[in-house]
Amino acid sequence: MKAGSNLERVLESGNFAVTAEIGPPKSASSNIVKQHAQMLKGYADAFNLTDNQTAIVRLSSLASALICLNEGVEPVMQMTCRDRNRIALQSDLLGASALGIRNVLCLTGDHQTFGNEKGAKNVYDIDSIQELMIFKQMRDEKRISGGEELEEAPKVFLGAAENPFADPFEFRVIRLAKKVAAGADFIQTQAIYDMDRFEKWIEGIRERGLDKKVHILAGVIPLKSVGAAKYMKNKVSGMIVPDEIIDRMKKAKDPKSEGVKICVEQIEHLKTVKGVHGVHIMAIAWEEIVPEIVREAGLYPRPQV
Amino acid sequence: MIIAEQKPLKEIIHNLEGHRNILVAGCRSCVAICLAGGEKEVGIVAEALRVYGEMHGKLWTIEEITIERQCEKEWVREIQAVVSSKDAILSMACGVGAQVMQEIYPDIRVVPGLNTSNMGAPEEQGIWREKCAGCGDCVLHLTGGICPIARCSKSLLNGPCGGSQNGRCEVNPDSTPCAWDQIYHSLKRLGKLEFMEQIIPPKNWITSHSGGPRLIVRQDAVLTPEEKAEKGVPK
Repeated sequence: MKAGSNLERVLESGNFAVTAEIGPPKSASSNIVKQHAQMLKGYADAFNLTDNQTAIVRLSSLASALICLNEGVEPVMQMTCRDRNRIALQSDLLGASALGIRNVLCLTGDHQTFGNEKGAKNVYDIDSIQELMIFKQMRDEKRISGGEELEEAPKVFLGAAENPFADPFEFRVIRLAKKVAAGADFIQTQAIYDMDRFEKWIEGIRERGLDKKVHILAGVIPLKSVGAAKYMKNKVSGMIVPDEIIDRMKKAKDPKSEGVKICVEQIEHLKTVKGVHGVHIMAIAWEEIVPEIVREAGLYPRPQV
Repeated sequence: MIIAEQKPLKEIIHNLEGHRNILVAGCRSCVAICLAGGEKEVGIVAEALRVYGEMHGKLWTIEEITIERQCEKEWVREIQAVVSSKDAILSMACGVGAQVMQEIYPDIRVVPGLNTSNMGAPEEQGIWREKCAGCGDCVLHLTGGICPIARCSKSLLNGPCGGSQNGRCEVNPDSTPCAWDQIYHSLKRLGKLEFMEQIIPPKNWITSHSGGPRLIVRQDAVLTPEEKAEKGVPK
């Protein structure tokens, strides 16, 4: 065990893992994260706390992760390179580990022009692959990136994201290989709607034997409406939403329940795909739907390991 | 070359408020190529200022001059006779030129007429694109001759982010190609795709502005005090 987190234990024991996302609020109040943590407790093995997602200023992922921890819910703290240089990233990692946070997701981060501080000076001192390298070195060699030794190493299970739907497609498997080589213990993918392209990607992953080296959690986003589906198809870069999904949402009498149905079908299918070790449910601003999805997909109760 | 564009005339006029004898000084180098501060542009701005002055009862006189390079002291010193009677210089050079002008004429206010943007190149007529961020640690040998620091919106060193689609950058899909998509295709053409698999470690930004203002000293080229005296180099 590298960090001994619940997520690590579930994955290492060969169980099909479930992670879900909790979006921190645009607020200085801990209430919403607390409520979500209480409501979702037991429905996933760990919960991602997003780090100023889409460059929108929100309650910090570190604080949100601690709030979850206090509620007895295991966090995956997301850490983007957009807002911090390597000094701040390493310092926050030490802080997170000291507070008992055992899972960290390394991300480059959405560009600030997408958020509510468009004029911000971004950082991007390092990229997510370099972030993984540095964190792994801190954990396994007890040294910071500059070489100096740490009195105590952070204990963290290291994650990264990958998007099988971005271009150039041929490079997407290589990029994952680089993340694995840099130190990723688990991967959460971008939301999958185009299952054919995902399967083509995971085939490339299997060919390289990467599924044996890293735990892959396939991302899903339940759709609330046809508008949401169209928005993701047209406005969210790096996403492919096939027309067939949009048609289903359009024809549905109850779009919300159709969205859940599609999501559950996707999870059922992903459970059968070789190389997929779990799912990551991103119910953006719809966290309350997660228990239903997890139950319907036959993933409840979560294993106690 | 350095790419710049003219400041809005309104802003220039505002910044020249209170001055009477103004010299509009152009530069025949980079900013002339990007149609921002060469002889022609100087003529247009100077004329616009004269017309504005007449229309608004401003008692200012506008003269114009364009020199070879405002970033080199020798050229800037040559216009001393014209400059000495002025109380402001509207520098139609890049930020470097404007600063050298101020350095040589410390008692005369230098007002920038341009916004300096980047180090780039003309792509086609009327279009200039950033190519170099001047980070001081070139990786073009690994990236198929395309700079990821200057041309990737996130300055990534290990491949495209998740927003790269159809060869475009998510930040400005209409105007910006994804640098890493370009790098990928360039390395493919060059038969060097294996470079994409290589992990480029965290960059040493000391050679960039992160190390403070940069200074290059070529000791072999620096003149001794005696040589300076002999050549009549001003102190």
